[in-house]
Amino acid sequence: MNIDKRLVRKDSLEKLFDILKRNSKTIYAPFTKNGKSTFRDTESFGAISTGYIQTTESAKDIAFPRTEKLLDFSKSKEGMSVKGTDLNDIPDVILWGVRPCDASGIGELSSIFNWDYKDEIYINRLSKVTVFGFSCSKSDEYCFCTSVGGNPGNTAGSDILFTLLGEEGDYLAEIITEKGLAVVDLAQNLFEKTDISGKEKFLAELPVKFSHEDIRLKLDKFFESKEWIEQSLRCLGCGACAYVCPTCACFDIQDEAHGKKGSRVRCWDSCGFSHFTVHTSGYNPRNVQSARWRQRIMHKFSYMPERLSVYGCTGCGRCSRACPVDMNILEHLISIQEVTV
Amino acid sequence: MVDLIKRAKELLESSAVKVVIGYEQGTGNKTRALFVEKTEDADKLIFDSRCIQNLAAYVTKKEVKEKGKMAIAATLPVMRSIIQLASEFQVNDNNLLVLGITPESNLIEFANLVEVETFVHQYQIEIDARNKEMLDKLAKMTSAERWKFWVDELAPCFKCYACRAACPMCYCSRCTVDFNQPQWIPVPSTELGNLEWHIMRAMHLTGRCIDCDACYNACPLSIPINLLTKRMLVDAKEHFGNYQPSLKGDNLMSTYKPDDKENFIQ
Repeated sequence: MNIDKRLVRKDSLEKLFDILKRNSKTIYAPFTKNGKSTFRDTESFGAISTGYIQTTESAKDIAFPRTEKLLDFSKSKEGMSVKGTDLNDIPDVILWGVRPCDASGIGELSSIFNWDYKDEIYINRLSKVTVFGFSCSKSDEYCFCTSVGGNPGNTAGSDILFTLLGEEGDYLAEIITEKGLAVVDLAQNLFEKTDISGKEKFLAELPVKFSHEDIRLKLDKFFESKEWIEQSLRCLGCGACAYVCPTCACFDIQDEAHGKKGSRVRCWDSCGFSHFTVHTSGYNPRNVQSARWRQRIMHKFSYMPERLSVYGCTGCGRCSRACPVDMNILEHLISIQEVTV
Repeated sequence: MVDLIKRAKELLESSAVKVVIGYEQGTGNKTRALFVEKTEDADKLIFDSRCIQNLAAYVTKKEVKEKGKMAIAATLPVMRSIIQLASEFQVNDNNLLVLGITPESNLIEFANLVEVETFVHQYQIEIDARNKEMLDKLAKMTSAERWKFWVDELAPCFKCYACRAACPMCYCSRCTVDFNQPQWIPVPSTELGNLEWHIMRAMHLTGRCIDCDACYNACPLSIPINLLTKRMLVDAKEHFGNYQPSLKGDNLMSTYKPDDKENFIQ
């Protein structure tokens, strides 16, 4: 559908929130605790965090939760009985306050979960989500969406994208999908007709810092580079980067059993961990941190473009902000681009 | 830090050590670990109040240890960690040289770990006022209130294990939580799984944790997990005596002797 542009007044956002609540919508919005923000089921407009450049956690949890029960099992004399997840139990959710680099990450995540195997739980969860994107009027030194094909007003992944129109606090609302239109239908009078066309002057300015195409080509001959060892020496091998990343999709499957019954659960996993993909034989395909760090970069900038025709990085900079030892992905990508093979 | 740079260069030039572990300017206003192997890189070494990462976490890291003898720029918490690690046979005078940084930010030379221990023992491990206040507040809660506090605080934890990675005492090559046959701790990030993980960690660190706050500083979600280890520090002191890391290996909560007459542990 063509993108329909409307004006949403400053005071109308709260009214919109209330109307959606009156229509029994579940709204996940940024919530701050201990100075860190994440998307939570939110009951009041006043509880929503504002003014953030980027939330600490990505919004991927909504379609790819950190812990997803795949099935319940129980053992008895008659044998084993198994009950799969009821896809009808998945709630409709409005994801409120998502930055464009997060919203566009949904496309990349989806390309993984729709690759050789169609992941029904993920697909169903995502089908129930309506994304309210909010363009960026500010950026920081960790942001680099423009270097990986995005931009601070990118509509990809959003169902409605709100752009703050200067200090007065009104918003341009771009209604991008049928899902977005369905929300507008609930609150027609809040979405006023407008002749505003350009939003660019209201967006953060973010110069391109490297070329992701160049990185991809460079990586073809970079597998054996010593740069991986130098970059990763201070990496402590935790999973903070992967867990805040909007596109990291690796998971582990665990059985949580108590006596004769239990659940099979999908949990996030990270290539940073020393035991990631260790074989049952005990063989570890990546037995040093440099090989694990290389996997992280190669997966995002070489393997994904090759297999899925998308890059596995949206330039949100979360991993760099979250890293306890300043593994800064932007700095490292620029080094890779500059180092001679 | 001119003295540190000069000393690092001397040590590398004379091949007394293969690598000097210190701090450098990171991105933004961050500082980060630097591993100096070439004398010319020593000029990047810095030291100021932002340098709070516990560098002792690196002396048990395979990739760093493999380089050969290490020297480490060590603040008081780092020195304490090193003594505890030495008592657990993880480092010794043959593989580690300590370049001490006193609380007054002066460089202090140590001939061996015995001298480091003597220096460390001049200072008691003291919980800071802000955290002491938090511990008092928690102690005054009813058990139901305290339970709610921890369930709420630990709810955001997604088990990235940055706390474990940043802790010098968490050097196990395979952590209990990574076992699934048999499974000891629930792997998923759930209310129970998170509680069990953090309680287990605090228990394992009791009598070994030197209260450096590395776990809290590393947590990407700023969960105050250091309150758990601090509480254990207070409780252990009350019931088992004052804790100081010691080369004698007389740990507060456990003892280990290679010639233990019991054979069930061997």
